[in-house]
Amino acid sequence: MTLVYAGVCSHAPGITGRADQADPDVKDRFYAAFDQMAADIEASGAEAIIVIAAEHFANFFMNNMPSFAIGMADSYPGPIEDPAWLGIDKFSAPGDADLSRRIITEVMQTVDVSYAEEWKFDHGIAVPLHFLTPKFDTTIIPVNINCQGPPLTPITRAWAFGEALRRAVDSVPEKVAIVGTGGISHWPATPDSGKINEAWDQDFLDRWCRNDKAALLDYTDEQVYADAGQGGFEIRTFITVAAAAGGAKGTVHFCEPIPIFAVSCTVASYELSL
Amino acid sequence: MSLYYVQKFLFELNRDAEMQARYATDRQAAIEPFELTEEEQAALVEPDIGKLFHLGVNGQILMHFAALHQIEWQDYLQRMRDGIAEHGPVREGVYAMTGYEGTDAHAKALGQETP
Repeated sequence: MTLVYAGVCSHAPGITGRADQADPDVKDRFYAAFDQMAADIEASGAEAIIVIAAEHFANFFMNNMPSFAIGMADSYPGPIEDPAWLGIDKFSAPGDADLSRRIITEVMQTVDVSYAEEWKFDHGIAVPLHFLTPKFDTTIIPVNINCQGPPLTPITRAWAFGEALRRAVDSVPEKVAIVGTGGISHWPATPDSGKINEAWDQDFLDRWCRNDKAALLDYTDEQVYADAGQGGFEIRTFITVAAAAGGAKGTVHFCEPIPIFAVSCTVASYELSL
Repeated sequence: MSLYYVQKFLFELNRDAEMQARYATDRQAAIEPFELTEEEQAALVEPDIGKLFHLGVNGQILMHFAALHQIEWQDYLQRMRDGIAEHGPVREGVYAMTGYEGTDAHAKALGQETP
């Protein structure tokens, strides 16, 4: 058993880029939850972090859109966004092409994935790393699920992908953490930005904490769009982590709407049986 | 309409520093290789954020483009609202495909106030 940590967090660019516009009290408590997540990952002994993100057209476009992609490089530059706008300076995060190759090879036994030897990080990965590995000194393996360009990755496949990732992680000797980033309800980068369906978020996180597969897969894209916006499509990353956690139960450490960050800012993790 | 190529230009611009330099030097020349209508070219050269949102550009692509132009966040949101007010509902793309009715309709459906 080499999966040592499984959790989820938000990645909205406003978290770092518009920090000065948020209520300081709620922002500080959210940041503290992020810091605790970083401490928990470090305490787990993780030698690498698989970051499952819904990227935002930083690497993949509708000319060749993979359902799933995994990075296979020794380093990853970021962020693609203007550093002043995002509030994160340019960086190079370390990767491990050999570890990626072993994980990809095992995942491929049951789920078709694309691999990428080039990958530029956008806020979907850069914002979580800003808190989780602020010195960018921990090995990262980026993963993308198509949550942006319809037809989207079916959520049933996101579950299967999570199971495949778990099997792959457990097949390598390195200690690995899995972190899903995204959603939950939000209408990012549209005129509706700032709208948050808090009740929907709480219901989703309840399903996520119970790790109730049937309930987590009981969504259609039409329902999600109506109730949780196009940003809600990013629940795929949370669902993949749920599957990877192998039935473990979860705890929400922080979840409060921060409209200027455009999302219910969330930090949650599973209690893995190690 | 060639929304695909509008978005492809922006995708490549958003992630490529050399292309950003070319765009900064001569916007019209930078978009020349892409099959675009005059309306789309004008929106990209100005840049007209509201028109681009109306045309159906995905917000995740448009947001990075606005950041490149140092457009402040609230200004960015307002430009999209103005674009819908001036030009009408989103023509195509993910928001039109799934029924974009506008901020007021969305807020009403959720029993919330318009942000």
